[in-house]
This record gives sequence, C-alpha cells and structure tokens, in this order.
Amino acid sequence: MTSTDSGFFGRLTWDAFPIAGLIQNPGANEIVANAAAAIVVVGVVAVVGLLSWFRLWGPLWRDWLTSVDHKKIGIMYIVFAIVMLARGVLEGVVMRAQQAAGPGDGFLEAEHFAELFSTHGTIMVFFVAVPFVFGVANYVVPLMIGARDVAFPVMNQIGLGLTVSAGMMLMVSLVVGEFSTGGWTAYPPFTGAAFNPGVGPDYWIWAIVVSGIGTTLTGINFAVTIYKLRAPGMKFTRLPMYCWTIICSSILIIFAMPPLGVAALLLAADRYLDFHFFTNDLGGNMMNYANLFWLFGHPEVYLLVLPAYGIYSEIFATFSAKRLYGYNSLVIATMSIAILSFTVWLHHFFTMGQSALINAVFGIATMLIAIPTGVKVYDWMATLWRGRIRFSVPMLYGLAFLMLFVIGGLSGVILANPTVDYQVHNTLFLVAHFHNVLLPGVLFGLLAAYNYWFPKAFGFRLNESWGRISVALWTVGFMLTFLPLYFVGLMGMPRRSFSWEDPSFHPYMIVAVIGALVILGALLSILVQLWVSIRDRDSTRVPVGDPWDGRTLEWSIPSPPPEYNFAIIPQVTDRDDFAAAKERGQAYPTPDAYEDIEMRRNTGIGFLLCVFSGVWMFALVWWIWWLAALMTLTMLLAVILWSFDTNTEEIIPAEEVRKDHEAWLALVHSAQAVDRDHETAPENQGLARPDMEAVT
Amino acid sequence: MKRAPSHSYPGINLGENHASADKATEVVTFGFWVFLMSDLVYFGLMFGVYITMIDAQAGGPGPHELFDLKSIFAQTMILLTSSLTVGLAMLALKYNLPRPRIVLWFGVTLVLGISFLVLEIRDFVNMAAQGGIPQRSGFLSAFYGLVPLHGLHVAAGCIWLIVLGIQLRMMGLTDLLMSRMVRLALFWHFLDLIWIGIITIVYFGGLAYG
Repeated sequence: MTSTDSGFFGRLTWDAFPIAGLIQNPGANEIVANAAAAIVVVGVVAVVGLLSWFRLWGPLWRDWLTSVDHKKIGIMYIVFAIVMLARGVLEGVVMRAQQAAGPGDGFLEAEHFAELFSTHGTIMVFFVAVPFVFGVANYVVPLMIGARDVAFPVMNQIGLGLTVSAGMMLMVSLVVGEFSTGGWTAYPPFTGAAFNPGVGPDYWIWAIVVSGIGTTLTGINFAVTIYKLRAPGMKFTRLPMYCWTIICSSILIIFAMPPLGVAALLLAADRYLDFHFFTNDLGGNMMNYANLFWLFGHPEVYLLVLPAYGIYSEIFATFSAKRLYGYNSLVIATMSIAILSFTVWLHHFFTMGQSALINAVFGIATMLIAIPTGVKVYDWMATLWRGRIRFSVPMLYGLAFLMLFVIGGLSGVILANPTVDYQVHNTLFLVAHFHNVLLPGVLFGLLAAYNYWFPKAFGFRLNESWGRISVALWTVGFMLTFLPLYFVGLMGMPRRSFSWEDPSFHPYMIVAVIGALVILGALLSILVQLWVSIRDRDSTRVPVGDPWDGRTLEWSIPSPPPEYNFAIIPQVTDRDDFAAAKERGQAYPTPDAYEDIEMRRNTGIGFLLCVFSGVWMFALVWWIWWLAALMTLTMLLAVILWSFDTNTEEIIPAEEVRKDHEAWLALVHSAQAVDRDHETAPENQGLARPDMEAVT
Repeated sequence: MKRAPSHSYPGINLGENHASADKATEVVTFGFWVFLMSDLVYFGLMFGVYITMIDAQAGGPGPHELFDLKSIFAQTMILLTSSLTVGLAMLALKYNLPRPRIVLWFGVTLVLGISFLVLEIRDFVNMAAQGGIPQRSGFLSAFYGLVPLHGLHVAAGCIWLIVLGIQLRMMGLTDLLMSRMVRLALFWHFLDLIWIGIITIVYFGGLAYG
C-alpha cells in the first residue's frame, strides 16, 4: 500500500477533475463526462444563487434543515429522491444511446460505460427508491396511525442527513475523480485494491456504508413507531395495510442492512488496510462477499416493493370506494414475503458452482414467493370488483402496475429455475426482469403515492391531465425500453456490454433507446405537472383535507396538517376508521376540551452530521488522513455534546390548538360536499360525500 | 396475593419507585432492543465469516501459535464480573439506594471495562509480535475483523459510562439519565453475550478446528 506517503491533500491532484481529461484527450467520451460534471456544478451554483436571491437561507435553515417534523423530513426525502431520479434516468438514456449506436463501440469508452451502469444502479436503488419509499412513509405513517410524530424524531433527521450526504458523494464523484466501475454490486476481487487501486470503489464503499447506517436508523424508527405509537383502539387487526407493509419493510431493514454494511466494510478493510477477506491470495474468499451482499440484496428488493404494495392497497380501496378485499390474507402474504425474502439470496449466483441440490432448494424457495404475491394480485382485483371505480391518476398507475407487474413476476419465476438461469444469467433478460418489477412495482407505486397524498401535504391537488400524460409516458416508455430487452436477452446479449457485434440485436436496441427518450419525457412531464399544479393551485385547494373520499385517519385532518397532526388523538374503532365515521355521520367531531401539546424542538444535529459525514467520506476516499481523523472526532464530539442538551421539548398551548382547530371545523361545516363524479372539479374543497355504501 | 410487577420492556425495569421515568423509558428502550438486534446481526455475520475462514491460514500462524488462553480466561472473568456490577448498579437505581452506591457500581464497571481493553490490546500486541497480523492471512483478517469489533463496542461503552458520570454530576438523577442507564446496562450485557460467543467460537472453536 502507498497509503502512508500521501501529502496534505492525500492523493487528490489536478488530474482528478474531468476538465483535465478533456484538455488531454478531447472526444465524445470526455464531453459527456464534462457535461455531467457541469450539470452538477451549475445545479449547485443555481440553487445557491436562487436561495441567496430570494433570501431563503433563513427560512431554509429554520423551517426545513433543523426541523424534526416527520412531514417535512418526508418531503425532503422525496425532493432528494427526485433529484437523484433525474440523474439516474439521464444515465439510463445515455446507456441506451450507447448500445443503440452499435454494432461496434458506440461513442463512450468502456470505463465510462462501466461507471454509468455502476452509478445508475447504485443511485436508483439506494438514493431514489429507498429515500422515496421512506419519504412517503415518513409523511404518511404517523398520520395513518394517529400519532403526532415518529418515535425518534431526531434520529429520523439524522437518518435523512446520512442518506443525503452519501448521495452527495455520488454527485461529487462526477466532478472529482471517478466512480466505481464494478456495478452496483461491486464484486471483489475486481473492486479490490489489486485490480482497482483508484478512488472509484472507495466512493461506492463509503456512500453505501453511510447511507446504510441512515437507512438502519430509519428502519428501527418506523418499526418502533408502528409498534408503540398507534392511537388508542388501533389494534394490529385495524392497522391500515400500508402500515403493515412498512412494518415488514422496517423488519427487513433491521435484519438485512447489516450484511451490506459488513460486506462493504470488509471490502474497505481489504482496500485500505491490506486485509484478505476477498482477495485472490492469502486465503481470501470472494464467495463470502457474494453471500453477504445478496443476503442483503434480496431482502432489499422486497423492502422496496412491499411499501409499494401497501400504497396500491390503499389506492385500490379508496378509488373503488370499497373496503380492501382480503385484509387478513394480505397481511399474511406480506409477512410471508418478508420471511421468504431471506431464504432465496443464492439465486443471484446459481452459476457460481454450488451443487445442483443447493441450486434446486433455492430455486424452489424463490418460486414459493410467487404464491403470496399471487394472493395479493387476486385480492387487489377483488377489491376493484364492483367498486365505485374512478380512473384517477393513482388508480391508472395501479392498473398499469397490475398488468405489467404480473409479467415481471412471471419472468422472475422463469429465472428461478436454475437450468433456465444458466442460459440467461448475465444477459439483458435479467435486466429486463428486474426493471420490469422495479418500475411498474416500486416506481409506479411511489408516483401513485405522490399523486395520491400530494393534496394532503400541500393543500391542493396535482393537475389531473398532466398526471394522465405522465402515466401514459411512463407506461409506454417502460414497455418500449424494457420489453425488447427480454428478446435480446434470450438471443444472448450480455448485460453491461458497452460494445456488441450481432446485427440482429440492432432493431431492439433502437426501440429501447426510443423508449428511453419517452421515459425522459415522462420525467419531464412530472416536473411540468408540478409546475402547472402550483400555478393553478387556487382552483384546486382542498383545505378540508379529504379530496378522494379517503378511508384512513390521515384524511380526517386538515390539508396541509398542522405541525402536531391531530388536535385530539383519535379513538379508533374500525379498520377504515375515517370511512366508518363518515358512514355513521360522526366524522369531524367537536372535541370537549383541548390539551397542551408537547413537541420536539428543532435541532441542527442531523444537518451537522450530514456535513461532517460528507467531509469524512471525501477525506477517506482521497486518503486525506488528518481530515478523516478530525471528522471522526468531530462527529463523536457532536453527538456527545448534543446528549447534554436537555431543553428538547416545546409546548404548543391548548388555546392555540383550539383556535386553529375550531377555525378548520368552521370551514368543514361551511364547505360544500362533493360526490365522486366531481372529485377533480374546482368545487372539491376536500369534503367528500360518499355515494356508495361501504361494502364490508 | 401480590400483584405481578408490570414490565413495559424486557430486562430490569425502573419500577414503581421511578414511575415517570419508567413510562418515559418504555418506547426508547424498546427501540434500543431493536437496535441491539440489528447489531447482533453484524456480529453473527462476522462469526460466519470467521468460521468459513478458520482454514484460510495461508501458511501463516494459526490459533495454536497465537491464542493465549490464560489471558482470555482473565478477560472473560473481568467481563463477566462487569456484567454483575452493572446489574448491581441497576438494582441500586431501581430500589432507590443512595446515589454513591449507583456511582460506585458503575465506576467499578468502568474500571473493569478498561482493564478488559488493556488485556485485549496486550494480546493483540503479542500476536503481532509472532507474525499474527491481519495482513498475513484470511484467517487473521477474520479474527481481526471480529474480536476488535467487540473491543470497539466495549470502548464505546466506556466512553458512554464516562459521559453519563459527567452528566449525573451536572444534572442529577433525572428521568432522562435513568433511561440512559437502563439502555447502557442492556448494551453492557449484550457485549457480555457477544464475548461468550467469541470465546466459544473464535478461541475454543479456533483451537479445535484450526
């Protein structure tokens, strides 16, 4: 190791900046790299400039960065996820363009292409899907269970801080140095020091370790929140389906993030300290890495998709105006999937030489997961059956999901057969499969959630027409991009190849790149939808809070909700408590008395840890040892000093709560109720007139 | 008939003498149990890695050359005693014994924890002198990935004890500090549990199969 002979800036030199590459070696490859770096730099400058111009630094610090309010933390998670989604989609388009430019070598160099698929995978899994899933959970779960915040509001803020600082490392790697070329799985020995001495794998390692810690904290938080903070009367049998999926997802995090942390840290020990966990020599064993990584990796996909199942469950029930069909079977199916997800990791490396018997066992275990998933699909269809269905945007996403996800799931069952897997392993068939479950499964679910709960968070509805356009673009874009990959995969085209020769692949590649452009359009349509919705917000306001004739507690409070969520903690008597209350004519009760509400005071600890951990990671990547040591001490000291702060609660007086709540109740009583036909009309102020009797 | 004491969380509860602290501790202690579960998975995986790498000695020194069971016995006794003293501190807290008694038992725990670390580091130095460094083989990498990880946890526990001592001096025996003591005690017992795994699997297992 040369790690001891580094200077003040470690191994950071002028060559680490992409502009140096452009000067030395001008060409398409370097232009793409510099354009990407420029987007990051311009983006940062623009954000800083706009914040200064509008004098928003103060409000940003007071209302957002130091906030411990789960609702604001949730929104920040989602904003972060959408920023990262933009980068991930752009990378996808560049990769599809590279492969469509063939046969031959395309316009990118092999290294650059490898960086693209590595960052694309890492970003989409860890910095889009995870923060988006937990952003929605942050916003919705406490409202659904009738709580005033999560169990550990400050830990929640720290989890966000760590996730964001880790994500920033991927942005920094665009401008300083390069990212890993080892794929999102970063298999050694390729990512070990012997074959890959550069900074790339180190960026991957520290981003994964730090975001993993953040995610673990979040998982613990949500498990405890749902176990301990449910409103009185909300037994587990009355818990909304979405909260069930979040509790399963949290359990998966608690048990599945440690293997990832272990895998990444052992790889770091190999790279930094010359250990021999996964090296080729002196007794290292790469298979330990593959096992550790996928012991995390497989539960990971379920911890992402289960919350999406929960979202669809809520949406199908609401937009069918029916009680969710088969609640018990859905709960059992969710738990079964959570447990089975720990028993199938080996199917990610059927071809790595274990015995046929072991492959068969894991193949069968994998196929078993299709059973609870199938139960869910039938339950959702039965929920729709004879419902009062509205084809609103969230429902459209749900229907696209139902049809496309079944294809993705069944291609998974095909892959679960080890003999088939030997043929299609490492081909684009696999890429088609997991995009087929992750886009219609996870991403469509999250976008549906965004459309569904947006009026709750901001007090006005999103534009319906642009929402429909974006559903259409996402659906068509997905099908054009990924369904052709099944065919080229079966024809034998390997995944992750920057270059290919067989001309019969070409038509499929052309279709796929057109699809990628449609997906880019879909991404833009979401931004346009947001822009148009903000512009027209005066005609879509829903202050009463129940625009969709909702069924669960979050719809029983104002939109946007007050900081403390519930003026009076509700007493729950039914599974769809708010729907039942509306049916009995007991919604919006006037409380007898109000109480002082104790809330957690704002704190800067999460933001400080975000900054310190970011500098710490950068110092480690570039071997700036003094700075890494300094940051380690600083973080330790920050946490210790923070533990001395005992003035952590503030009181919202009962009188203030009463005033706000009564003003809202007056609005409820004066508002005009709308039926389901006028859900998207301007007269929908968020007071619902149910036009279908509850079906139990 | 005597009423069964209510337990709002597993382990020693603060009990009726500290009703308000007991209630305030319920959620956070449950959360801490969940964290320990997650931490346990870390150790479990490191045990797994160690087991798969016992044979990966690559011609370097193995358990028979490197492990000093006398020192391990001493460390075991020290750590088990510290678990006893932390338990006594919790009982002193629960039954409202004079505060010096609580401080005494936590203080003894701290001294034992530091003694354990001194002995452990001495072992590592001795191993290194015989060529037993992590860079030598997969087996030694696995050893140094696991045993010092436990040591790091003990060190964290010691820092926690010191911080808690300062806070006790500054703030008095508040509900918040009592709640932190409950969690520290859980953490300390957890470290003991891991150590039992380490002597069984790393040291005895290593000597039996290595």
